[in-house]
Amino acid sequence: MSSDTTPTVTPVKTTGLHIGDAVPGVRKVDPIIIADGVRRTFGGLTAVDVEHVEIPRGAITALIGPNGAGKTTFFNLLTGFDKPDAGVWEFDGKPLQRVPAYRVARMGLIRTFQLTKSLGLLTVLDNMKLGAKGQTGENLFRSVLPFLWRKQEDEITVKADELLARFKLDAKREDYAASLSGGQRKLLEMARALMSDPTLVMLDEPMAGVNPALTQSLLDHILGLKDQGMTVLFVEHDMHMVRHIADWVIVMAEGKVVAEGDPHTVMANPAVIDAYLGSHHDSDLGETDTEHVEVLKELIDDEQ
Amino acid sequence: MIDWIQIFSNASQELISPTTAAYALAALGLAIHFGYTGLLNFGQAGFMALGAYGYAISILTFGFPVWAAVLVGVGASVIFALILGIPTLRLRADYLAIVTIAAAEILRLLFTTGTWESVTGSASGLQGYKGSFGALNPFTFEGTVGFGPFQYNAYDWWIRLVGWTVVIIAGILTWLIMRSPWGRVIKGIREDEDAVRALGKNVYSYKMQSLVLGGVFGTLAGMIFVLPRAVVPANYQTSLTFFIYAILLLGGAATILGPIIGSMIFWVLLSFFSGFIARAVEAGWLPFMTQVQAGQLRFILVGVAIMLIVIFRPQGIFGNKKELAFVK
Repeated sequence: MSSDTTPTVTPVKTTGLHIGDAVPGVRKVDPIIIADGVRRTFGGLTAVDVEHVEIPRGAITALIGPNGAGKTTFFNLLTGFDKPDAGVWEFDGKPLQRVPAYRVARMGLIRTFQLTKSLGLLTVLDNMKLGAKGQTGENLFRSVLPFLWRKQEDEITVKADELLARFKLDAKREDYAASLSGGQRKLLEMARALMSDPTLVMLDEPMAGVNPALTQSLLDHILGLKDQGMTVLFVEHDMHMVRHIADWVIVMAEGKVVAEGDPHTVMANPAVIDAYLGSHHDSDLGETDTEHVEVLKELIDDEQ
Repeated sequence: MIDWIQIFSNASQELISPTTAAYALAALGLAIHFGYTGLLNFGQAGFMALGAYGYAISILTFGFPVWAAVLVGVGASVIFALILGIPTLRLRADYLAIVTIAAAEILRLLFTTGTWESVTGSASGLQGYKGSFGALNPFTFEGTVGFGPFQYNAYDWWIRLVGWTVVIIAGILTWLIMRSPWGRVIKGIREDEDAVRALGKNVYSYKMQSLVLGGVFGTLAGMIFVLPRAVVPANYQTSLTFFIYAILLLGGAATILGPIIGSMIFWVLLSFFSGFIARAVEAGWLPFMTQVQAGQLRFILVGVAIMLIVIFRPQGIFGNKKELAFVK
């Protein structure tokens, strides 16, 4: 699956992101997110227990780890979609505790979902327009007076059309989003997130279920975000992709950050292989989880 | 022999009757709730009851003028919507359905109980509140005026004029807001509220606005509903809400014309069935049935009709097949 990804260009990696040794919780030169003591339990299970983690600004950071490591839960906590039992975290110097999800989004931290949430019975264009921030016509009283928002609406349409063209969805402009393929929906969700000019884009498994033909274009789009000055944090299982585009990798296992570093050193880290092995030490890997076997093979390949 | 002319004449009168207008307006409110926002409000009868009682009590007990009585009813329904929405709109859609159905029943029972009989009239309800509305009537002719089967006196024409004017204004208003960016957010919430939240929209506030607006439509419908009759608490049972849902599904849930035309079709058919069955029993065509049973048969037919619509034309008459809100 992942070996089909043939890089067209070698992306320029951002280096010199951290201060001191690349240990879990290492300080960053210019962090955009700082989280401290973030813990979330579901009954007896501690899903997330992050002591300290910093996400570097202007770089592409990958969050990896075996299934059940708490990556998505951590995503939900950071974006206000879930509330932690304890912990503080800030985005761009502003504390985010008890900030509702929609306010987090307005501050410039936009996320996508592991299971794509395209709004099926809205057209692709309407999906895009919904992403724009600060719309006058979204107020009930002003909405009945089209002359108040017509001009802004036209500007939003132009911007949406530009993004749709960039993501090669312009032919689908008037179609219902429900008619798009899985990969196209991923593209639409990413394009929609860009409508609000975010400073940090958080992508939850952007490659899941995307066919290899679209993978490369998705990769290029993610690299493009960095070129435009955005910070990207993404969860991914595809190690080739992580190695290819990530500037920094954070590894989670059983809710904790177990390793950090640039992709090549992190994948050589025994703690990472342990993380993947450790979660399945008592089960037959070959039968239960081919994905992890793939990852392990890749990691071991890397070491040799 | 059956008097077909009479049956058709009676049925066609329902086209412009104030009851039809009231149901159309209540269904339009429900279209905002259910069709556009995806809120399962099963308490539209409660909003209508608030309109009816708010209006009648304001006039009878407090002697308010018409405009103030209307404002009291609207204010009561806004408060009712807030009480329903504040605890439930943060939860999944099903909770709102349960809470609204219960709240509407609580309202009806409060209006029925004898404790406040001097104000609410208990089970026998209220009447005698039409004077101030009738005094505003610009029509001054004597006797009945009209064309074809539509022969009415001045007061009846006045109710029809006001009722349908309110329906048309509400329809235009709904059309305007649903094609605006506000409507886009609302429809987005129907599809997936987490996605809309992730785009920086205050979903809770939008759902509340939708609940209040649709509820106010229901309240105005409740006022139109009681202008040609008396206020009777038994009218506001859960079955009223289900008839309005039937109209909405018949016309198309996420449409403007659907609820209005749906209401006309519903009432014309209902009147036709009841007229036809009653006379068929009289003429001895249905020997196994009594007159009382015949009166109930039309509601069985309504139930069958709703089932047929949902199975064979789930998008309703005016709905877009591609835009099916409730079969996902």
